[in-house]
Amino acid sequence: MPERNETARAPEHEAEGPVVQAQSKTKAFFKKFLQRKTAVASAVFLLLLLIVAVVGPGMAPYDPAAPDYENLLTGPSAAHLLGTDEYGRDVLSRLMAGTQLTLGVSLSSVIIGAAIGTVLGVLAGYYGGILETLVMRGSDVLFAFPDILLAIAIVAMIGPGIINVVIAVAVFTIPSFARIMRSATLSVKESLYVEVARSIGCKNGRILSRYVFPGTVQSMIVNFTMRVGTAILAAASLSFLGFGANVSEPDWGAMLTSGRNYIGVASHLVYFPGLLIFLTVLAFNLLGDGLRDTLDPKIK
Amino acid sequence: MNPLVQVKNVSKTFPAGQKLFGEKSVVHAVNRISFEIMPGETFSIVGESGCGKSTTARLVNHLLTPDSGEIWFDGKEISSMSENEMRPLRKDMQMIFQDPNGSLNPRMRVEDSVAEPLLVHTNLSAGERLKRARELLEIVGLSAKHARRYPHEFSGGQRQRIGIARALTVRPKLIIADEPVSSLDVSIQAQVLNLMQRLQDEFQLTYLFISHDLSVVEMISDRIAVMYLGCIVETAPKAELYGNPRHPYTKALLSAVPVPDPKAKKERVILQGDIPSAIHLPEGCLFHTRCPLCTDVCRRQHPEPRDLGSGHIVACHHI
Amino acid sequence: MPEELLLDVRHLRTEFSQGKKSSVVAVNDVTFQIRKGEILGLVGESGCGKSVTALSIMQLLKDTPGKITNGEVCLEGKNLLECSKEEMRKIRGENVAMIFQEPMSSLNPAMRIDAQLVEAIRLHTGKTRREAEEHALKMLGLVGIPDPARVSRNYPHQLSGGMSQRVMIAMAMSCDPHLLIADEPTTALDVTIQAQILDLMRKIQREIHTGILLITHDLGVVAEMCSRVIVMYAGRIVEEAPVELLFSSPMHPYTKGLIASVPKLGSGVKSLPSIPGSVPDLSMMPPGCKFAPRCRYAQERCRKEEPPLLELAGGRKCRCVLAEDDKEATAQ
Repeated sequence: MPERNETARAPEHEAEGPVVQAQSKTKAFFKKFLQRKTAVASAVFLLLLLIVAVVGPGMAPYDPAAPDYENLLTGPSAAHLLGTDEYGRDVLSRLMAGTQLTLGVSLSSVIIGAAIGTVLGVLAGYYGGILETLVMRGSDVLFAFPDILLAIAIVAMIGPGIINVVIAVAVFTIPSFARIMRSATLSVKESLYVEVARSIGCKNGRILSRYVFPGTVQSMIVNFTMRVGTAILAAASLSFLGFGANVSEPDWGAMLTSGRNYIGVASHLVYFPGLLIFLTVLAFNLLGDGLRDTLDPKIK
Repeated sequence: MNPLVQVKNVSKTFPAGQKLFGEKSVVHAVNRISFEIMPGETFSIVGESGCGKSTTARLVNHLLTPDSGEIWFDGKEISSMSENEMRPLRKDMQMIFQDPNGSLNPRMRVEDSVAEPLLVHTNLSAGERLKRARELLEIVGLSAKHARRYPHEFSGGQRQRIGIARALTVRPKLIIADEPVSSLDVSIQAQVLNLMQRLQDEFQLTYLFISHDLSVVEMISDRIAVMYLGCIVETAPKAELYGNPRHPYTKALLSAVPVPDPKAKKERVILQGDIPSAIHLPEGCLFHTRCPLCTDVCRRQHPEPRDLGSGHIVACHHI
Repeated sequence: MPEELLLDVRHLRTEFSQGKKSSVVAVNDVTFQIRKGEILGLVGESGCGKSVTALSIMQLLKDTPGKITNGEVCLEGKNLLECSKEEMRKIRGENVAMIFQEPMSSLNPAMRIDAQLVEAIRLHTGKTRREAEEHALKMLGLVGIPDPARVSRNYPHQLSGGMSQRVMIAMAMSCDPHLLIADEPTTALDVTIQAQILDLMRKIQREIHTGILLITHDLGVVAEMCSRVIVMYAGRIVEEAPVELLFSSPMHPYTKGLIASVPKLGSGVKSLPSIPGSVPDLSMMPPGCKFAPRCRYAQERCRKEEPPLLELAGGRKCRCVLAEDDKEATAQ
């Protein structure tokens, strides 16, 4: 009977508890994120936009569709903070109303594109083989086109209108997500804990949902914020070119289009929508940068 | 008693990158190895880096399939099984990995990681699974109070214990431990080794223990196989291997280990040169390029393993 | 006559800042000396501060949040902490050189071996290119690299771990430093290659009379190579002794536990006594003796007040109340 000394008996919690102070992941995340001033400023700005979008025209000082033939093309003044357009409609109110439309179009198109692109990319990365080749070569083809050209081509095929703008922008968003999610999947797939899951006997579905996908979410979130900026620009461009919203609807890009005609006399009709588009896209990009830095464990 | 694991003439190669013209080169990771593991024993495979021991562990665990040869587990030949056929057998064969940091899913709570094998192999409800997981955490020396934490909140030694707890949840017959203590501090190493031995008694486990550390292997093994460049050069019961090593590589390996005793005088066999590449294996005996006993026959002919009696098997021309 | 003093470290203290307000003390009041031709072992587990000590001596903390906040580091009489960057750059390589654990990542992967060696030599000596190349080949031969002319034309990734480490040693020794700091030089190497490298280091010590600060967690390496040993825990020195005395009669409970928990080849034991618990995070250190939570001899006073490092007979030092009691007992 081999001799067993004291320490071989079950020691009461000899290893005790965690050695690192318990800090919830969310708390750590926010602490790190709040250190990045530009990202925080962007987040605040976007939050305000979101509130405006939700509350909608209700908050606007004037009815965005109401014309005022007494005050056509007036510059910024006390009554109309951002001036009026060619029908006398208050620019500020129209921009506020347009927030819903613009954010709605860009967010929904990116969500659709992200969903499809993510599924394709993750499956391509995980299973490889023919699926991977198809998805990647397909993405290559789509990538070969400049975004706008592709969007125009799609809209030309399926016709103008808001829904079709969403579809067009979604389509050219798919390849970027497919690419990024595929490479994220490839690197997570090689992790030891995925091999461990296989060795336990987990089925592919479980491995994908609980082990692989959660490791790729970080890439998706960052890419998402970046692409929303692109989508806003694309939707605005499409509207500018006349493919998107009806010119009478309060869409930022559409406002740019019509404002173009009056650039000599009423340049505010171009500047304000333009500035707003610029700021919004910038905010999304800065937010994306900040998120990426925050989620990267190597960057303090 | 029948062996729990039988490996017969197993070989495994990996592609090694391609030249533009010419043949594809392969890494010969494992070259016709054979061994058996009896139920209840601790069988260790020891060797330096690139010798193929980790590949062997993964072959036995069916994470890799051999190019040739047979692998028998619990009376069934598993090398040609599909993943679906293999899955139910995994309940009886669990693995512990070298890197405690990498082997736990950073996004899963510890109790969920530990309960995972139960999810895959049993029909227990979620509550029952978590209960069992917490019990096992206690058994391996961690407090169940912290079961809902995440892996990054624990130290390396604790994470390794969590890995061990996970392996035990489905009461496997065989545990394959791939360098389980190599990345731990010395004092933690002793804790984990003691734990593994205690668990072996309690749970009637069989261990396949992979390591490069001869001192650790001496402590916990019953029988040991020494690997070099994908071949098993010597297999013996512990006392035989350490007391009476026959293969020149084993002797060199044993003499190279620094002993924590300044007064110990060592008869040091210092091998010349480096370990040859596994892509271009030497002709004849794989060890001949570094062997102090190398002669003509060693350069030409690969030695077959010879049984010297009492379980001591050596592959060398010079015995 | 005792060999001359090479390195004299006194009360070294290095802190790492954690965010704007707090900092942790990675190296706390570390004092030791190395003589010419001596191999001093610095032993401890991860987080004990041994690597930070080496980096502090070499003044290589610039890219880390670490700062030396106290102490003196005198190399051959000169206080390194008072040297300018230029002076320090000259000293590194000529007077003191360092080799690291991962040879593959310490060599420039984009430069051939011969180019790196020649650059290092020319930086520190006035040699011409031709002279430097000859010297480089000579150094590669000295460290046992077969066919140096051919091997040196390789890039680091083309060499094995053992060869890369030899190249590192060649580079470190190429300017004849008097002190070599080796931070876990063989941890990443196979045991048969480790034996070769340790053999090489002993040869360097014997023939060139280099002093070596050998940092490792491997007690076997310490027993084989070193004449004196320092044991560190939680940033402090807890014991210092000549190597035979350290292993035959360790005084500090941590040292005792450490030696007992190492499996020894040929000892035939089936299980090992182990030190319970684990090293607490540097930012969560208890008051009093830092080892007390894991120490089986801990008393009330251990938890209240940290014991000083006592000097004892036979060139030994120990940071423990038990040593204090012993000393008093023998003094009476």
